Amino acid sequence: MDRFVVSDSSVLSFAPHIVFRFDEVRQRWIILAPERLMLPDEQAVEILKLVDGKTGVSAIVDSLAARYDQAPRDLIAKDVTTMLQDLADKGCLAGADD
Amino acid sequence: MPTIDPPLALLAELTHRCPLACPYCSNPLNLERAAGELSDQDWRRVLAEAAALGVLQVHFSGGEPMARRDLLALIGAANGLGLYSNLITSGTLGGAREIDAFAAAGLKHVQLSFQDFTAENGDRIAGLAGGHDRKQRFAEAVRAAGLPLTLNMVVHRQNLDGVPDMIEMALELGARRIEIAHVQYYAWALRNRAALLPTRRQLDQATEAVEAARARLKGVLTIDYVVPDYHGVRPKSCMSGWGRQFINVMPSGTAVPCHAAETLPGIAFPSVRNSSLSDIWHRSDAFNRFRGTDWMAEPCRSCERREIDWGGCRCQAFLLAGDAGRTDPVCTLSPDHGVVEAALQEAEGAPPAFVYRRFSAAR
Repeated sequence: MDRFVVSDSSVLSFAPHIVFRFDEVRQRWIILAPERLMLPDEQAVEILKLVDGKTGVSAIVDSLAARYDQAPRDLIAKDVTTMLQDLADKGCLAGADD
Repeated sequence: MPTIDPPLALLAELTHRCPLACPYCSNPLNLERAAGELSDQDWRRVLAEAAALGVLQVHFSGGEPMARRDLLALIGAANGLGLYSNLITSGTLGGAREIDAFAAAGLKHVQLSFQDFTAENGDRIAGLAGGHDRKQRFAEAVRAAGLPLTLNMVVHRQNLDGVPDMIEMALELGARRIEIAHVQYYAWALRNRAALLPTRRQLDQATEAVEAARARLKGVLTIDYVVPDYHGVRPKSCMSGWGRQFINVMPSGTAVPCHAAETLPGIAFPSVRNSSLSDIWHRSDAFNRFRGTDWMAEPCRSCERREIDWGGCRCQAFLLAGDAGRTDPVCTLSPDHGVVEAALQEAEGAPPAFVYRRFSAAR
């Protein structure tokens, strides 16, 4: 198996057995992974809500750029790619056609 | 009193029965027999209470949890409650049929132990002929069922040199993660410490091998590895602090903040047989005893790491310094640190024979 490298054209989905959900007890979004709990910050949650196995990374960036029009698109693209790559390296995200 | 956060995880130790006899087993020396185990109904109630309390993950463990016939039903119950379930197994009881059923019932992950990368040494350490081959077939069944697999390798002086080969084995078996866990010296492991504690030279080589593999395998294989506390400078943050994230229910129903805590004298640990998990977590004397930092004495009390290490391990303080309220002796700031240095000195000598973990050797 090779490392999955996230690019503009990647289409991502949550890996099987990864659960991204809202926790009522803690009133926050969480990622449940094997023997691991991740607490994504607000910005990461907004990105992850757009990960659906259909929307490409560039479309996710477009959608965020439209919402936060003060931030330059390049900067958003860099943040989004870095965050998604980190979660791909942790085995939480995979290519949608993998 | 600061507010008490809900626990993240429930360690469900379903049984102490196990086909393996590993001399470093973390189960207590006084093993629970089958007749003393909680019933299926008790466990269903505990799972429901855990979910209501805010527990997110349940780890089905033991002993060998597959020795329980109701494991499939409990996995289904956990899944129905929204609990993320993990099976911690030796992979020596059952195979594809069981794993497929567990996956269908909603199991999310399997942590499978190996005792070494060769059948010969693995079976010798586990005290079970043919075990290693069964584990390999079990790993294949886990992957065939589409479940993520973590290999758990407990390492010590009699297998530590094989770390690079263990990592290769994890890749060959399709694991996404390997946990290389140094033996922790409680219960059976403490009894066998002189046979298990690695030399400094062995440890440095293994640590170097792990660091090289981590860089090479980024995004392919996650390697969880922590330098053992005896060889460290500051203690481990045991269970991430007493009563902060974990609640462990033993086969008998006794609830403890960590699997070794029952050995601590003078603490009446509550039982799920007659208390709710919520009462145990929030109100029991046992879970409040070493919670937070108020209980600490010096050098912990004024230490800048007091909310990082949480004083280290209470059980180790008791076992090595005779008082659970003292600083963990593995800390170089502890006045009791000499006992750890003496054990490390002993490790440079020839190892004695194992005392295997069996009911017949239990006390």
